[in-house]
Amino acid sequence: MTEMNLSQPKTKTQFTARTLALAIIPLILLAAIIAIFLATNAGLQTSASVPPGTLAFERVVLRPEQIIFSVINSGTSEITIAQVAVDNAIWESKIEPRATLQRLERATITLNYPWVENERHEIKVITSDGISFKREIALAVETPQPSPQMFLSFALIGLYVGILPIALGMLWYPFLRKIGKRGMDFVLALTVGLLIFLGVETLSEALEIGGRVPKPFQGTGLVTIGVVVTFLAIIAIGQLNRGRARDDASQKLYLAYLIALGIGLHNLGEGLAIGASYAVGELALGAFLVIGFIIQNLTEGFGIVVPIIRVRPALKHFAALGLLAGAPAIAGTWLGGFLYSDVFAALFFAIGAGAIFQVVYEIAKLLGKESGTSAWNALNVAGLFTGLAIVYVTGLLV
Amino acid sequence: MSLLRDKFFSRRDLLKLGAVGTLSAVGANFLLPKSNAAAQSKDDLRAQTIAHAQHALQGPCNCEMSTANLLAADEMNPTKFLTTFDYGVVSQLADGRTVREYEIIGEDKEIKVAGGVKFNAWTYNGFVPGPTLRATEGDIVRVKFINKGSHPHSIHFHGIHPANMDGLESVPSGSSFTYEFTAEPFGLHLYHCHTMPLKRHIHKGLYGTFIVDPKIPRAPATELVMVMNGFDLDQDAENEFYTVNGVAFWFNEHPIELRVNERVRIYLVNITEFDPINSLHLHANLFYYYPTGTNPTPRDYTDTVALGQGERGILEFQYKTPGRYMFHAHQSEFAELGWMGFFNVKAADV
Repeated sequence: MTEMNLSQPKTKTQFTARTLALAIIPLILLAAIIAIFLATNAGLQTSASVPPGTLAFERVVLRPEQIIFSVINSGTSEITIAQVAVDNAIWESKIEPRATLQRLERATITLNYPWVENERHEIKVITSDGISFKREIALAVETPQPSPQMFLSFALIGLYVGILPIALGMLWYPFLRKIGKRGMDFVLALTVGLLIFLGVETLSEALEIGGRVPKPFQGTGLVTIGVVVTFLAIIAIGQLNRGRARDDASQKLYLAYLIALGIGLHNLGEGLAIGASYAVGELALGAFLVIGFIIQNLTEGFGIVVPIIRVRPALKHFAALGLLAGAPAIAGTWLGGFLYSDVFAALFFAIGAGAIFQVVYEIAKLLGKESGTSAWNALNVAGLFTGLAIVYVTGLLV
Repeated sequence: MSLLRDKFFSRRDLLKLGAVGTLSAVGANFLLPKSNAAAQSKDDLRAQTIAHAQHALQGPCNCEMSTANLLAADEMNPTKFLTTFDYGVVSQLADGRTVREYEIIGEDKEIKVAGGVKFNAWTYNGFVPGPTLRATEGDIVRVKFINKGSHPHSIHFHGIHPANMDGLESVPSGSSFTYEFTAEPFGLHLYHCHTMPLKRHIHKGLYGTFIVDPKIPRAPATELVMVMNGFDLDQDAENEFYTVNGVAFWFNEHPIELRVNERVRIYLVNITEFDPINSLHLHANLFYYYPTGTNPTPRDYTDTVALGQGERGILEFQYKTPGRYMFHAHQSEFAELGWMGFFNVKAADV
């Protein structure tokens, strides 16, 4: 007994073959259990047939007289594409690189089909097992191809929904400076309200798109990772910064930058949605949508400048904050218009949500410090409600 | 008329007609939509030799063949199906009447219904449609049905017969039953499984053609059997493919070879499930139409005929000029889902 006790500190630090074995034994047993299950099937009668595969559609591109789309084998078993139909007519297709797809393998299918502008089409892929997978093209328009003019147009849309409303919102800064201590707390709480609304909205968008992602990519898991990692990464960066000596003013400016970053990521996702819907012709009613975004995003510019009401930073900081929050909308429209993918869209929205929640956390902390003992007094709660109400009401306009 | 007959029986023509598949495979695969996968079946066909020609041409000679000459299921294809007739094993009764004995085996089988597309069918003798049974009016018909399928099935014949031979009672899996009746009246009939649920037993492939020839034979002609059907691959009560004789776009890729002025007789049967009607439209020509083939005079001279499920009729026509002539369902949707094909009409003296 004594000897064993004495030897304990040693085994703690030494990594011997025996330790390795201890780590591996559970894995070996796991393999054995799986093997036994596969051999006996737990006594259940299962049919010999393999479960039918699943095929997920990815990007659909329309060119003159041509439909090009890619599919991915999102099931567990091999799948062979046998026939392709458009609008319920079997059509000649070119399948590249091959028609038999292993798990997660992709194929690009090209059809020379005289599609009709602004009308509905449906493509159908029939596998060798006779299973059909359908994808609707709700409103056929030619897919925008990267061209200087297209880049410019998308940049302008990004400017309208991103940079301009945020800049306008920031113009409330001089007004905000006139309000007193309690007013300041009120608008901080109001900002929290704005951001909570925005964060939940972004998260729900992320989960919705995540639901469309081919199953093996685990949309919900991907969104969870995006949110949590972003949230904690920004906190970690903040900790690093706090290591350096900083005054209160620069901390508040830092917070403004965090808000701008979070909103920027949110706007990246927004741009992505606009670009993608433009690409699939869903922006036919787009002008109205863009106007809605402009009005709602006004509140974002307001939120950014709230932490720096007392700070008076140099003018260049305002420009930088505005760009950080607004410019990603431009990048988003480019990405969404030219290279849209549900996987990346879900991830971008998740990152945006994580960043926004992190900002909510930062502002709430600041609010606690500013308001003394009780951060959530009647005034602040009223502020938060007002914030939520403002985004909700402006959202009604979208 | 005798000229036609002579022409028909010349050995040279026998070989040429039988070579339909080989020739057409080289000829025509560019005209209409089909996928990569569809191309594979073409190669299969190329590999076939004209050795099958004699089997394929049993039809028009009206002679009495024994079942031993029939094609095995894996040798069968829609082109061969056109002209493959099962006349049964023939014997005579003391009173001089002809007895024809047929054997039909019900079995589950995975078949190909379009390029690269498989379908878990229920079949009569391993092919969809089932064998074309042929007898002459007044013959005693004995059809031994052996059910090797996984479900109970039956054979319900159209025509005149006693109630106990009507095929409403199912033959359990693993057992057999012999249907016996007199072939009447002359005309074009069909048979199909009548086990409930009827829809499923029919759409999974249990049907075929039953021809009763008149005692005075019809004028000699190139006789082709065309069974119009559909395949619902994903059991959503909607057909994914429409075919004639079992494979979508088959006659698109393998046109039927004909001669100028050759008399053609099509035995057209509609057994399409789920859709109320199916139809045939002949391009650049008109045909004489004999509904159910029970009347010696045609009802119509037309280029399109629409049939409800179970309806059938005989079409007679000939082409005046060589060329490629299309035929297809005049429901455009069916045509584009597989029910279209070509006649490749060649000059008479080639």
